[in-house]
Amino acid sequence: MENIRYDLITALPEMILLGMAMLVLIADLFLKQSNRIAIYGLSQLALLIAAYFTFTTHAPGVGYAFGDTFVDDAMSDVLKLMIYLGTSLIFVYSRQYIQQRNMFRGEFYALVLFSVVGMMIMVSGQNMLTLYIGLELLSLSLYALVAMDRDNARATEAAMKYFVLGALASGMLLYGMSMIYGMTGSLNLADINHALMNDAKTHSVLILGLVFIVAGLAFKLGAVPFQMWVPDVYEGSPTAITMLISSVPKLAAFAFVIRLLAQGLQTMAVDWQQMLLVMAVLSIIIGNVTAIAQTNLKRMLAYSTISHIGFVLFGLMSASINGFASAMFYISSYVLMSLAGFGVILLLSRKGFEADKLNDLKGLNQRSPWTAFLMLIIMFSMAGVPPTLGFYAKFAVLQAALQAGFLWLVVFAVLMAVIGAFYYLRVIKLMYFDEPLDHHPIQVPADMRVALSVNAFALLFIGLMPQGLMSLCAYAIVKSLS
Amino acid sequence: MLEYFLQHILSFSIWLPIAFGVAVLFTADDSKPAPTRWLALIGSIASFAVTIPLYTYFNFADGGFQFQERFLWIASFNINYHLGADGLAVPLILLTSFTTVIVVMSAWEVIEKRVAQYMASFLIMSGLMIGVFSALDAIFYYVFWEAMLIPMFLVIGIWGGPNRVYATVKFFLYTLLGSLLMLVAFIYMYHQTGSFAITDYYQMPMSLNVQILVFLAFFAAFAVKIPMWPVHTWLPDAHVEAPTGGSVVLAAIALKLGGYSFLRFAMPIAPDAAHYLSHFMITLSLIAIVYIALVALVQKDMKKLIAYSSISHMGFVTLGFFIFNNLGLEGAIVQMISHGFISAAMFLCVGVLYDRVHSRQIEAYGGVANTMPAFAAFAVLFAMANSGLPGTSGFVGEFMVILGSIQTNFWYAFLASFTLIFGAAYTLWMVKRVFYGEVANDNVAALKDLNKREFLILAILAVLVLAVGIYPEPLTNVTNATVNQLLSHLSHSKLPAGF
Repeated sequence: MENIRYDLITALPEMILLGMAMLVLIADLFLKQSNRIAIYGLSQLALLIAAYFTFTTHAPGVGYAFGDTFVDDAMSDVLKLMIYLGTSLIFVYSRQYIQQRNMFRGEFYALVLFSVVGMMIMVSGQNMLTLYIGLELLSLSLYALVAMDRDNARATEAAMKYFVLGALASGMLLYGMSMIYGMTGSLNLADINHALMNDAKTHSVLILGLVFIVAGLAFKLGAVPFQMWVPDVYEGSPTAITMLISSVPKLAAFAFVIRLLAQGLQTMAVDWQQMLLVMAVLSIIIGNVTAIAQTNLKRMLAYSTISHIGFVLFGLMSASINGFASAMFYISSYVLMSLAGFGVILLLSRKGFEADKLNDLKGLNQRSPWTAFLMLIIMFSMAGVPPTLGFYAKFAVLQAALQAGFLWLVVFAVLMAVIGAFYYLRVIKLMYFDEPLDHHPIQVPADMRVALSVNAFALLFIGLMPQGLMSLCAYAIVKSLS
Repeated sequence: MLEYFLQHILSFSIWLPIAFGVAVLFTADDSKPAPTRWLALIGSIASFAVTIPLYTYFNFADGGFQFQERFLWIASFNINYHLGADGLAVPLILLTSFTTVIVVMSAWEVIEKRVAQYMASFLIMSGLMIGVFSALDAIFYYVFWEAMLIPMFLVIGIWGGPNRVYATVKFFLYTLLGSLLMLVAFIYMYHQTGSFAITDYYQMPMSLNVQILVFLAFFAAFAVKIPMWPVHTWLPDAHVEAPTGGSVVLAAIALKLGGYSFLRFAMPIAPDAAHYLSHFMITLSLIAIVYIALVALVQKDMKKLIAYSSISHMGFVTLGFFIFNNLGLEGAIVQMISHGFISAAMFLCVGVLYDRVHSRQIEAYGGVANTMPAFAAFAVLFAMANSGLPGTSGFVGEFMVILGSIQTNFWYAFLASFTLIFGAAYTLWMVKRVFYGEVANDNVAALKDLNKREFLILAILAVLVLAVGIYPEPLTNVTNATVNQLLSHLSHSKLPAGF
């Protein structure tokens, strides 16, 4: 009995969020369209309550639940809080957008909340099956969300592509997991680690399993050569959903990688380091070079994401506490930047008009100097120019990689960063140096305007005072991995 | 009160113009630009006033860092908010805050489009550049170094000429590329010493191979900024397209960031590499001095001509650095300050003409002296200074560098002194074609002479050019102790024992 109570308390935020998501679904049945705003409030409340319990049940130690399949440690708590914050921002940014596109329904909020539960399970999974179930909960919710705008052919195509390729990747992941299970006799990450440590000899089946696992992970992260779905899905999905796909799930995917590779397969670091290295280099090249050729802003941000993931892999492949902490710092910075970037696209969109072409940004400084300035901060941050957050993110992963001895790779990465700077500069050029094509006034709710301003200015202020976020990430990694 | 102020004077020098810049941004109203302009002027004068005590309270006998401030900024990487100024930094800081006043005045009626953003860019840039000159922590320095690209990028891109986008993107990417390699060098040294403090790097022993790599990483960053031949090609583009204020700041201060950084980082951190590569550096400098001067000779665009002339003059600065003697180094520093005044004045002169006729081509003018006699007097003075006439500041630095290089190698001095001929040739030939002769066309005939504002700006610069030319002591007094200390540091090898 005591055990069950402990289990329930450990997984309390997940349970609450799951319950609230169901409540949203039921409440939706009884609401008229005019009152549907209550659903929005309820969803935000759900995140707030979950955040409250995650925060209050936080302990510096590590707690296991449900027969060691679920873990509550510093990393999971920190990442979960970031996920709530990001999702809450997504709700704020997307409200008007989905209202204008007839997507303002209970399903949207319920599906997003389900995907959040999936992310939380990924973050806390301590067993390969738990991790997999979390991943599937997230993925299935996202597939449905992409296709939510039923009559939109492009969105349907994107959903189809996402689903087929995503299912394939899940299959690969499972296949890899089954091989690891076959060799070690356990699905539990700690047991796997233990078994691998005692049995030092490397076995080709283990390596094969690792290859499948890494391929599955790379697909979920969107790293080259498993990046094909990223630009199409980003472009085809409704922008609000693109914002979701590109942001918070990356935090969960990061945790997924840490759990599997750093905790479970730690002894095989030499093998996965090489794989991550190749993927990191390819992602940075393909992401940055291909982004230059894009005319669609969402597509450009998709390639930009790929290159950012390359930098995260740079941190991960260092395979040290320093490297993991800097990768976590990078991915959380990336999520903030990505949310703000898509937030600006949503801000400029209106009924019947998607501001997703690069040319839609032309002359923004004359239409709205404030919005242009926000986008300026976001773009310089993505390019990694100080004093913005993006610089410290790049700085952190590069120093980790240099510490691990990858000097020439670091030099290569900074050269690629210069190429990357080019397409971010082009966005600034369009906003500041060109004349506007579009003269519609920008009409958005005040809460979105404020939230977006805070979000973008956070990139500048955390850039001036990065210590807090750095310490938080270092704390999460150190407490959970050592 | 005064004590508190003096302890934090560098912080004030950095943050006051930035605060004013942000305040100016909020006065954005192009239909009523007067408050914006006055606020910017007050801000720039206040920021200049704040930096003056750096000189008056400076201890001339001390070659080390004064007015130091230090506290921990980013604990994870041991990065400090560490400021300090030595005899090298103080004149450049004063030059920066002074130039900002000039730039604000020069933009007064000229800039009508987005006045607030223009003024704010220069005020913020001023603070950032002072940050570069006074930061003693590598990452802190790097943040300022890169951050100043952002306002400059916008200034050239928004208020620049027809080909401004190409010019400004080129400027940004060129500089970024070099800087990032420098960042890698910083991170490398951090992992060796566990610190980002510049002074720790000064003491850090390194093998020659490592020193050469570190030096080359710095070289990539600074040579682009100075700019040295052959990575100078961004400068003529940027100058031609930039608005007058942008050209002034670029020539007067931004180029000095590179020169200053050579003395602050590349040479003292890797002294053996600096000696090892000195012939290479001197060769590049001499090419810049001679070849670029010849390139300047054939320019048809006045701004481009002055841009090439800047590169040629900055060749003197790097030549002075790498002959490793007192005269050369002091001459290089004097040359940097003097070039700050002269190039600013020259670009302002072109600006005066451009505002009236809207052409920078030499052939669009002729006989300007007939219609603008006062302006012609100033322009001829600055042209003389640019070609290194004794009695002007342009002479002092070049002469000291030439004297210094004779001590090293006669042929260096021989080649360098060509600049006195070529410099006079391209500058005076331009003056002749623009100012003298018959009135060339109706545009020139319709020219009005300087207004009070323009007269005031040029007069201040003329006084400074002559003052430094006739009596450079106040300047060399500041730098003397630091130069000696630097030279003695450079003469000690940092190779680990056994090499």
